[in-house]
Amino acid sequence: MRVLNCADTGVLVEVADLDQVIALGAALETAPLPGVTDVVPAARTVLLRLSPGTDPAGVAAAVTRIPLAADVTRRTGETVTIPVHYDGEDLADIAELLGSSPREVVRAHTAATWTVAFCGFAPGFGYMVGDDPRFRVPRRAEARTRVPKGSVALAGEFTGLYPRSSPGGWQLLGHTDVVSWDLERDPPGLLRPGVRVRFEEAA
Amino acid sequence: MSSLEVLATGPMSTVQDTGRFGHAALGVGRSGAADACSHALANRILANPPEAATLEVTLGGLRVRARGPVTVAVTGAPTPVRIDGRGAALNEVLHLPDGAELSLGVPARGLRSYLAVRGGIDVPPVLGSRSTDVLAGLGPALPEPGDLLPIGPAPQARPLLDHVPTAPVGADEVCLRVRLGPREDWFTERAHRTLFDDLFEVTPRSDRVGARLAGPALERSREGELPSEGMVPGSLQVPTRGEPVLFLADHPVTGGYPVIAVVCAADLPVAAQARPGTRIRFVQWR
Repeated sequence: MRVLNCADTGVLVEVADLDQVIALGAALETAPLPGVTDVVPAARTVLLRLSPGTDPAGVAAAVTRIPLAADVTRRTGETVTIPVHYDGEDLADIAELLGSSPREVVRAHTAATWTVAFCGFAPGFGYMVGDDPRFRVPRRAEARTRVPKGSVALAGEFTGLYPRSSPGGWQLLGHTDVVSWDLERDPPGLLRPGVRVRFEEAA
Repeated sequence: MSSLEVLATGPMSTVQDTGRFGHAALGVGRSGAADACSHALANRILANPPEAATLEVTLGGLRVRARGPVTVAVTGAPTPVRIDGRGAALNEVLHLPDGAELSLGVPARGLRSYLAVRGGIDVPPVLGSRSTDVLAGLGPALPEPGDLLPIGPAPQARPLLDHVPTAPVGADEVCLRVRLGPREDWFTERAHRTLFDDLFEVTPRSDRVGARLAGPALERSREGELPSEGMVPGSLQVPTRGEPVLFLADHPVTGGYPVIAVVCAADLPVAAQARPGTRIRFVQWR
C-alpha cells in the first residue's frame, strides 16, 4: 500500500490489485474514517476525499493501519441479470483481438460472472470485472464522439454499460434495454460496487 | 410565495449550492458553486443557511424580475448590478419590490458572480443537492428565459450587516498554491521546475469542469497509461497531448491522465474566478 497526497483535499491510496481495492473500499464502508466525505474506488487506487480542515497526514496514518483481508473481496448478496443484444459495431474486432469467433465471445461473455468493482466516468457507469481472464482488450485507438445509451462495451479487463449517450473509447459488444441509471429509483444506480452481474443473450 | 422570473441568462447561469456529498462511489461528483467562498458570502449576507441554492452567473448577462417582494445579494466577480436601471452595490442586502428587474452586467474582472435570494432558490434537489453538474447532466435544468425560479421560506435569522467588505475578486495574474502529487513521479525534474518557473494562461476552452491552460509543455518521465483513478477539485491533470486541465467543481469523478499537482483548498475560489486570458503562476505550498 502506498499513500499519495492530493494537497489538503484528498488522500490517494494505491494498492496492489483490484481485489485489494475492493477490500479497502469494503473496510472503509464498514468503518468510515472521520473527515472523509467520499470514497472513490478505482482500478488500482482508492481516493479518500476530505472535508475542509481535515489533516491529510492523520487520514493517511489511519488508512495504512487498515488490514486488507483477502476474504472480503467480491463478497455481496445481490445479482442482476442483464439481457444483451450482442450486435455491437466492434464485436468482430473484439473476436479478432481475443483470437476467437464472435459466437464464442458471446458464449464466454454470458458464461462469466461479472462483479462491479467501482463506478466512474459518468453517474451509474459501473466497471465490471469477470472471472474469465481472456477478456482483456485495449480501448479503441480513437474514441467515438457518441456512444448510444445502453451500449455494453469492453476495455481493459472491464465490461461497462453506458448509462446515457456520451463520448467513449470502449469496444462496443452490444446493447441492452435495461435502464442502469434512474433518479426515480433508490439507489439510482443498478451497478453499484460489489453487485454481481450475469449477462444473457436477449431474445 | 415569491419567485424570480428569468428574463435572460447571459452566457451561462446555473443553480448551485454546496454540492453533492457521499455519492462518489456511484460515479456522482460533488459539483456545487465553483467559487464556494463567494457563494457562502452571498448566503451569509442574507442570513441564509450555507447550503441555500444561489444562481452562479458566468460573465454577467443575467436579468430577472421579482414576482412578489424579494431580498437578494450579489457577490463574486464584480458585475455591474442594476435594479430597474439604477446602479446597486455588490456584497449588500438589496430589496426588490414586486415587479422590479435586476440585471447583472459583464464584470470587469473575474468570471463568476453569485445571486443569492433570501430563502434560497427552491428547485427540487437531486441526490441531496440543487447543483447542476454540467458534465454528468445531473441536477436542475439550466434556467431559461420565461422560467419561474421558486424561492424558499425566509430563515428566522435576520441579515446583520447591510454591506460586507471583501477582498477584490479576479485579477489579470493570479498565484495558486499547489502541492506536487499525487503523480509527480510521472514527470521529469524539468517539468517540476517549469511548473513553478513559467506562467500558464487560461484558455477560452474552460468551463465548470475545468480551466484549460496554455503554457510550456510538462514533459513526462514515463510512457504508458495510468489506470483511471479518483480526482479531486484543484487537480492539475496533464493529458498525453493537449492542454493541462485544472479541475473545478464539475470535474469527472475519475480520470486516466496523471495529476502533477493539486491546488490547495483555500485557493480553489481564486482558480474558479480565473477567466480566459488570466495568467496563472503556481507556487509550492508547504
